[in-house]
Amino acid sequence: MATTTYNPQTIAPTSPASPASSGVTSKLHEWVVTVDHKRLGILYIGSALFFFAVAGVLAALMRAQLAYPNLHFLEPDVFNRLFTMHGTSMVFLVGMPFFAGLANYLTPLMIGARDMAFPRLNAFGFWIFLFGGILLYFSYIAGPGLAGHGSAPDVGWFAYAPLTEKAFSRGTSTDYWILSIILTGIGTTASAINTIATIISMRCKGMTLARMPLFVWIMLVTSSMVLFILPPLTAGQIMLLLDRFLGAHFFDTQAGGSAILWQHFFWLFGHPEVYVLMLPGFACASEIIPVFSRKPIFGRAAMIGATIGIGMVSSGVWAHHMFTVGMSPASNIYFAVASMAVGIPTGVKIFNWLGTMFGGKIRFDTPMLFCIAFLFQFLIAGLTGIMLAVAPFDWQVTDSYFVVAHFHYVLLGGLLFTLFGALYYWFPKATGKMLSERLGKWHFWLLVIGFHLTFDTLHFPGMLGMPRRIYTYAPGRGWEIYNLIASVGVIFQAAATLCLVWNIISSLRKGKPAGKDPWDGWTLEWSTSSPPPEYNFAVEPVVRSSRPLWDLKHPEDPDWRYE
Amino acid sequence: MHLSSRSAAFLCATAVAAMAQTVHPIGNIFKPRATPADSVYNISLLMLAVCAAIFVVVAGLLTFAIIRFRRRNADHGREPAQVYGSTRIEIAWTVLPILIVVVLSMATARTVIEVQNKRLPADTLKVTVIGHQWWWEYRYPEFGIVTANELHVPVSTVAKPRVTALRLESADVAHSFWIPQLAGKTDLIPGITNTMWIDPRQDGIFLGNCAEYCGTQHANMLLRVVVESPADFDKWVSAQKQPAMTYPGLERGRATLLSLSCVNCHTVTGTSAAGTFGPDLTHLMSRTTLGSGMIPNTPENLRAWMKDPQQIKKGNLMPNMQLNARELDEVVNYLSSLK
Repeated sequence: MATTTYNPQTIAPTSPASPASSGVTSKLHEWVVTVDHKRLGILYIGSALFFFAVAGVLAALMRAQLAYPNLHFLEPDVFNRLFTMHGTSMVFLVGMPFFAGLANYLTPLMIGARDMAFPRLNAFGFWIFLFGGILLYFSYIAGPGLAGHGSAPDVGWFAYAPLTEKAFSRGTSTDYWILSIILTGIGTTASAINTIATIISMRCKGMTLARMPLFVWIMLVTSSMVLFILPPLTAGQIMLLLDRFLGAHFFDTQAGGSAILWQHFFWLFGHPEVYVLMLPGFACASEIIPVFSRKPIFGRAAMIGATIGIGMVSSGVWAHHMFTVGMSPASNIYFAVASMAVGIPTGVKIFNWLGTMFGGKIRFDTPMLFCIAFLFQFLIAGLTGIMLAVAPFDWQVTDSYFVVAHFHYVLLGGLLFTLFGALYYWFPKATGKMLSERLGKWHFWLLVIGFHLTFDTLHFPGMLGMPRRIYTYAPGRGWEIYNLIASVGVIFQAAATLCLVWNIISSLRKGKPAGKDPWDGWTLEWSTSSPPPEYNFAVEPVVRSSRPLWDLKHPEDPDWRYE
Repeated sequence: MHLSSRSAAFLCATAVAAMAQTVHPIGNIFKPRATPADSVYNISLLMLAVCAAIFVVVAGLLTFAIIRFRRRNADHGREPAQVYGSTRIEIAWTVLPILIVVVLSMATARTVIEVQNKRLPADTLKVTVIGHQWWWEYRYPEFGIVTANELHVPVSTVAKPRVTALRLESADVAHSFWIPQLAGKTDLIPGITNTMWIDPRQDGIFLGNCAEYCGTQHANMLLRVVVESPADFDKWVSAQKQPAMTYPGLERGRATLLSLSCVNCHTVTGTSAAGTFGPDLTHLMSRTTLGSGMIPNTPENLRAWMKDPQQIKKGNLMPNMQLNARELDEVVNYLSSLK
């Protein structure tokens, strides 16, 4: 019983009048003026990959400096700028646009819509984000200001007050940091509102909330979280601007301001932000693991519930970043218990992915390899997360390399691996070309080796007293060997990234044609051509279950019988 | 730049200078040497055991699934049975983590209260720790002592327990006091006063670092806690209480120092130098290091530091005073006498 039709007929693409004469400029012009959700999605993900490469180079420079004790490869201020720019870039210019890009590209395709609800808001969101990103890096040139102080920001990505006040941070670099984060925040908010509106109002016929792909569900929850968490960050940034330019004293401790107030504002955003970054990774894994295990996701309702649970509980745990600021025992205990409680819905998710694989017939293509590595690595990241929620243990290892290892396990071992899985999975849909499996496996294994060399190892100096954000260290404190191994791991990670870049370039030029549905998928995006036409679906699809393409391919045993 | 060679000889030189006191350079949190660190160590063992058990079970299941449920050629492309879930299993794997969280929560609450609500004995030694960009100031209000960068505390034994309570304050930005073998860290935050306590049971010099990013030289805001026998500690206290001595022949150096703007930032008790922005110099040579634990405190290093502090600790807040060779000699000779 064909509930979905995908005949390429009737509607013809409307080609915009080309104002430019030459081919290249008109192509470029098309990309600049586009309001197509797919192009904007690609722009978002392309920018994210670009900033990922830049921030990765910054990280490599830091690891070079720390490979041996007492190296003089980088000046202290240069190093401090590197970790500030690395952290800020990875969170605001890599993680967030990757989320926005995936939501943009896939949400309309998965819910059978022809575009996002607000196409022009969508374009505005992307360009304001990109402007914010460029502004951050422009600080390398303009940061010294007229007084010649500093260059790029060097206050750390969470920029604790009062180090950010004029008295301690002269020049304009901190102002660039503030403004660029406010701008990217505006872009992210626009994108989140758009995603929510699209999901609420543009689903195709038959796509009830209950039948919506898990990916779309998670995007809905994540976008809602963004709307709740960005205001405290933006408020904090504006207060800081007022401090710096108009002599307000919100965080200026020398005039009676509060240093702790900033920490609350920042982490009220900053902790849920970790989940805003991580949930899109969960979204990708929740699509890829079922398709490559050849089974529907185990416990769909529980997965949706766990997502909402994570969204709610994670909003109430922010001060676990502040166990050492001198909170009362009662506050410390509350935030410890609440933080551990996030582990429950997260655990449910891991178990359900495991349940999906059990009894399946698992195919080990590159997207699935990345997801399997994600499961192992995220398990460890989750467990070190539980450890850090144990407040007394946190007193020892917070702000040490243990924490550095932990959150890189979350964001690299967890998030980045699923994003790469997603890249291999949906690249054929977006470009019509398959990525090379051979290069994909090189990319995967080199990254696995490099990741574990660097980040397994970095847990140990943290437990031996090595604080984070130090530009050098003396020999004899038991940290040398771990730092050297961690730095060697970077070589493998760099090689892996080169494999990815080469894979993308060569596959775009002469990759195997993908066809509509290279992975034998089940969601609506695989029912249209690759790349999809501008209008996505020639005829609006009609669905009867959460796996419309399964129903189509298995008319004898469709899902809607059981849902 | 002689920094590397200086630092290379650093640890042994320090040990010699500290009159053969053992240095404990490695801040291993699993080798606690004071009660607060013990408390953390004990709960860490429970926590690690629980997490290791979870890891073995879940990673084992994952490995099993990968091996057992791989697609085989014999399948001929047939799809596996489509299973949508099971409420009973969902409940099981929701309840189990809840139980684990309950256990860890109770252990956490107990340890937090044990450390934070500890009632300190009446004879507790009180020290005020003030974080500066990028050095530590220590004040002993009971003795009227002000010193820098090396915290002296008496050892605590079963026979004679001695607790040291630290009041933590900051003169500028946020810092964090962390000696892993003695206690977890506590932040020094401008505008508020935090507290922590230690009762080290082993003598020697324990090393640590500032653990909250505080600007350019955060990396070299090093901590040294000198734990010594009660007799040695009392001897140190009485020596620190003395005003600065001026030995014959060093009056010129003293006069030179007092004529320079050094006095705006540094204190030498008994003289007109009463600045509080930089470390107190009254008993400078009783300390084993310079630059907040960066290099051994020898007259040669002191001279190099005076000549250009920015060469040794780039970005630190002591400017190059542009002293000529004669002034340098005089001032270093005088400072070297401040035992």
